[in-house]
Amino acid sequence: MTSDITLPFYQALTTDVNALSACQAQDELQGIRQEALDRFSVMGLPTLKTEAWRYSNIQRYLKEFPYELLYATTTVPASVVAQAAIPELDCYRIVLVNGHLQADLSELPAGKGITIGALSAHTQAPGFTKWFNKQHHLAQESLATLNTALFADGLYIELAANTVIDKPVHIVHVYTAAQHAFIQPRHLWVLNRNAAATIIQSSVHPDTNAAAFANSVLETVIEENAELWHYNIQQGDQHFREVHTTAAQQQANSRYHHFNFTLPGTPFTRNNLSVALNGSYTETNLNGLYIANGSQHVDNHTFMDHIMPNCNSNELYKGVLLDSANGVFTGRILVHQEAQKTNAFQQNNNLLLGAKADINSQPQLEIYADDVKCSHGFTAGQFSEESMFYLRSRGIGEDAAKALMVNAFSHDITDEVKVPALQHYLQEQIAAIMNN
Amino acid sequence: MLTIKNLHAEVEGKQILKGINLEIGKGETHAIMGPNGSGKSSLASVLAGRDNYTVTEGEVWFNGKNLLDLSPEDRAREGVFLAFQYPVEIPGVSNLNFLKTALNEIRTYKGLPTIEGRDFLKLTKEKQQLVDFNANLMNRSLNEGFSGGEKKRNEIFQLAMLDPQLAILDETDSGLDIDALRIVSNGVNKLRDAEKSFVVITHYQRLLEYIVPDFVHVLYNGRIIKTGTKELALELEERGYDWLKEELHLKESV
Ligand SMILES: Nc1ncnc2c1ncn2[C@@H]1O[C@H](COP(=O)(O)OP(=O)(O)OP(=O)(O)O)[C@@H](O)[C@H]1O
Ligand SMILES: [Mg+2]
Repeated sequence: MTSDITLPFYQALTTDVNALSACQAQDELQGIRQEALDRFSVMGLPTLKTEAWRYSNIQRYLKEFPYELLYATTTVPASVVAQAAIPELDCYRIVLVNGHLQADLSELPAGKGITIGALSAHTQAPGFTKWFNKQHHLAQESLATLNTALFADGLYIELAANTVIDKPVHIVHVYTAAQHAFIQPRHLWVLNRNAAATIIQSSVHPDTNAAAFANSVLETVIEENAELWHYNIQQGDQHFREVHTTAAQQQANSRYHHFNFTLPGTPFTRNNLSVALNGSYTETNLNGLYIANGSQHVDNHTFMDHIMPNCNSNELYKGVLLDSANGVFTGRILVHQEAQKTNAFQQNNNLLLGAKADINSQPQLEIYADDVKCSHGFTAGQFSEESMFYLRSRGIGEDAAKALMVNAFSHDITDEVKVPALQHYLQEQIAAIMNN
Repeated sequence: MLTIKNLHAEVEGKQILKGINLEIGKGETHAIMGPNGSGKSSLASVLAGRDNYTVTEGEVWFNGKNLLDLSPEDRAREGVFLAFQYPVEIPGVSNLNFLKTALNEIRTYKGLPTIEGRDFLKLTKEKQQLVDFNANLMNRSLNEGFSGGEKKRNEIFQLAMLDPQLAILDETDSGLDIDALRIVSNGVNKLRDAEKSFVVITHYQRLLEYIVPDFVHVLYNGRIIKTGTKELALELEERGYDWLKEELHLKESV
């Protein structure tokens, strides 16, 4: 904590806190915010001494610019959002600017059982009351706690029981500010019994000279027998930094398929993904692909919390690290004593293609039940020389051969993408990165 | 077309090729035979540009170009093709996409327009029939889970698609069933013409009944110790290699 105080950012934070409590006196979340703020002031910002942040020096990125907390709503022209368009994707597109819903550029899915809109407008909704800030892992992460205290706004989605959204929902997050800004969106998605949805998230950071640091938190709740396909695509630029926390809760028989794609652009990305299994017979698939170049830093911190018996989780994260890119992967699996018959598998494979590229990978398995099947694995390597030679001996140049090989390396993740237009888009993006 | 002069090469500090001399003219077919471990695949690898081999002495000229100066991809683009003894499996790279990339890289190098869509598929279909290559394998990952024979056919299918000037077939016959041997050989024979040359590495005279060579060379211990015509292959089939080794030792001891 003491080390934080010297940060201009932290000083800005404390002044803003005062401003916030003044301007949000009417906020019915006052209690939750205040409690989180008190906790945050004890926890402080993570340092390299914080176990879960040993390889990710966030202080360095917070120090770079005099970030100001940003709450104000801004709007952007449609041309900005067009940058995030996924060709041929038939979807409901929703635009959030710094967490605030921009209605004129958004098409909200309508229909019986669908509630969707600004989080701030739904603080009285039953799903909100029942689930907001309830995923217990959130309280352990100081930046998520900071978000709870000082978040601006975000998207609330609730699907009533048996409701299915007929098309994918594509949420475009725009992060933009005139001055260096620290932006804290907060989202809650609740899928009640038997509900199903496909949600794609991506972001754009319009070219400005101001840096944006997003510290976003998303809670998802997948109730009994509900199914969520969730794709998160991260492509930023030099002026963007991101800490992205996703906290999911699954009830009995539910299915959660999470995909995280981190592509080049953003110098610093930290993803916290945690899934708490509150019911039995669930299925969880965590798929990750990170391709980083330059001096990019990508940290995926995942946590599978097997609380109940008879659940299956499958985690596969693959990384391609070019130039002097730096990858971190932490895969924590906690199997509680009651969680018998758990199947929990984890794999992290990396291609280290840059001379100075680097990966720190750590599985953390804590297993307190005896009748379980758990495994983890890690690889880091280069292309097989045999394969490269085979391709080149057919006239394929070194770069094109590498592109083919990276595409091949990614295919067990991209193959699982069930939206064809999105799959195609991702494959094209990967090819473009390798061919540039 | 290809001139190999006094070629010496080593791998991991071990001398494998110890002075190969070979001249291959346009339109000619040469067979290379020789005991296991004598250096046949090594010669093929050096010609294709595998970089774990170091050339320590000698020269290789291909159509007036110093082949040893070229990258593996440029050798292929200039018209050298190696059908591998052990083709690798590359999961995730589709056979079709791989071929299209290869074909178009070669065409671009030659200043020809790329072949896309329907034209590409038409060409594929035509060549596929030539070697009776199972169309279902086209969309699969490159060689992944292919049977031994399917891999070999894929090599010849690629050969047909890429249309090189010099094709080196390294034991393409091993792993092929009797019918496949005939089909693949017929395919190769259809590709033969006055402009193209073939080097066929094999252990068996049988293949040479189908693909009749103009010359047969015996490679032993990193050198070509005997050159003859197709009758030499018959003689080897009958007598094995021992008599040649003895001849060689006699010569060397003189
Ligand atoms: N990477 C390597 N490291 C060490 N030795 C090698 C390597 N590659 C080949 N060799 C050796 O070089 C020699 C020639 O091998 P090569 O594969 O060229 O033989 P070949 O004539 O093709 O044999 P075969 O008929 O069995 O295919 C062998 O003794 C082999 O063990
Ligand atoms: Mg061999």
